[in-house]
Amino acid sequence: MSLILTADQVGRLESIIEKELLEAGADHVIIVDMAGNLILERGAWQVEDVMSLAVLSAANFAATAQIARLIGEDDFTLLFHKGDKKNIHFSRLGKDYIIITLFDDTISLGLVRLKNSRVVEMVSSVLEEEGRQPWPL
Amino acid sequence: MAFIDLSKNEIQTKVVFYGPGRGGKTTNLLYIHESMSKQVCGKMVTIDTKGDRTLFFDFLPLGLGKIYNLNIRIQLYTVPGQVMYNSTRKLVLRGVDGVAFVADSLKVQKQKNIESLMNLAENLKDEGLDIQQTPLVLQYNKRDLAESNVPLLTVEEMEEDMNKQLRVPSFEASAITGKGVYETLREISKRTVKSVIQKVGLNLK
Repeated sequence: MSLILTADQVGRLESIIEKELLEAGADHVIIVDMAGNLILERGAWQVEDVMSLAVLSAANFAATAQIARLIGEDDFTLLFHKGDKKNIHFSRLGKDYIIITLFDDTISLGLVRLKNSRVVEMVSSVLEEEGRQPWPL
Repeated sequence: MAFIDLSKNEIQTKVVFYGPGRGGKTTNLLYIHESMSKQVCGKMVTIDTKGDRTLFFDFLPLGLGKIYNLNIRIQLYTVPGQVMYNSTRKLVLRGVDGVAFVADSLKVQKQKNIESLMNLAENLKDEGLDIQQTPLVLQYNKRDLAESNVPLLTVEEMEEDMNKQLRVPSFEASAITGKGVYETLREISKRTVKSVIQKVGLNLK
C-alpha cells in the first residue's frame, strides 16, 4: 500500500504540527513511516541529514518492537532519548507512522507527551483521508 | 510502501539489496555512493551490530531526477545475508517496493544463493507480497573472479538455479570494480517506479 498526500493534506499536517507542537516550544518535528520514508518535517533546527534521521528512527522503532515482544508486549508506542542539550521523543501513530519531536530543556517532557497524544489523533484523521483524492496530473 | 508527496511532486520508494552473506550487497552500495555525485546521492548510513534481533543494514538515499514532473527518490537498503539474521531481514523488508537480488557466482555458494532466494520469497509473503509480482532483478556478482581461476558457476547454471521461473532481468557484475552495478540499479529503479505508479493507479500519459 502506498501513501499519497495532496498539497492540501500536507498544508493541514504542517499547520497541526505548527500550532500544537512548535508553538508549544518544540524545536523540530518530523513525521516518517515505518518503512523509513520521510513524510514531513517542520521546525527551526538545522537537521543536517534528515533522511538518515528518518530511516534510523524507523529502524529504532522496529528494533524496540522486538524488545517489546520479548517481554510480552506487542510494541512500545513511545520512545524518549535524553541528551545533554537536545532530546528526542518518538510517538507511534497508528501502525504505520511515527512522529518525531526534537526539543531542548525549555519545554518539559510532560508537555511534549501531552501535545503528542493530541497530535496523533489529529494527524491520523488527515492521513486516513489518503487515497480519496484524484491524481491531479 | 511508497510515499507520494503531491505538494512537492515527489515519489519516495524503497529498494532492498538482498542475497546470501558476503555476496557483495554492501559493495554495490559503496560503489554507488563513491561514484555518484553528492548532489544525487545522500549520506550512506551503516548499522553494524552483532547478534540477532538488532538492526543491521546499510542505507543510501538517491535522487534520480524527474519523470513526468515527479521527483524520484530511491532509498537503497541492504540486509544482512547470514541465515541467522532473518528477523532483521524481515524488518528491513518492511514496506519494500523493489528488490535487487545479489547472487554470489562462487561455485561453493550455489546452495546459499537458492536458499536466500527462497527466504526472500517467504519473507515477501509475510509482507503480503508475491515474489512473482514484486519488481525484482538478479545480479550475478563476482564475475571478475573467473580471471583468478576460482571455480565459478556459469551464468547458465545460475539462470537455471534462480531465474527459471522468475524470468526477470539478470546482470553479470563485479561490484568491486563497478561492472554491472549501474545496470542493476537502473533496471530495478525503472521497474520499481513503474510498479509504484501502476499500483497507485496513476496515469501519467
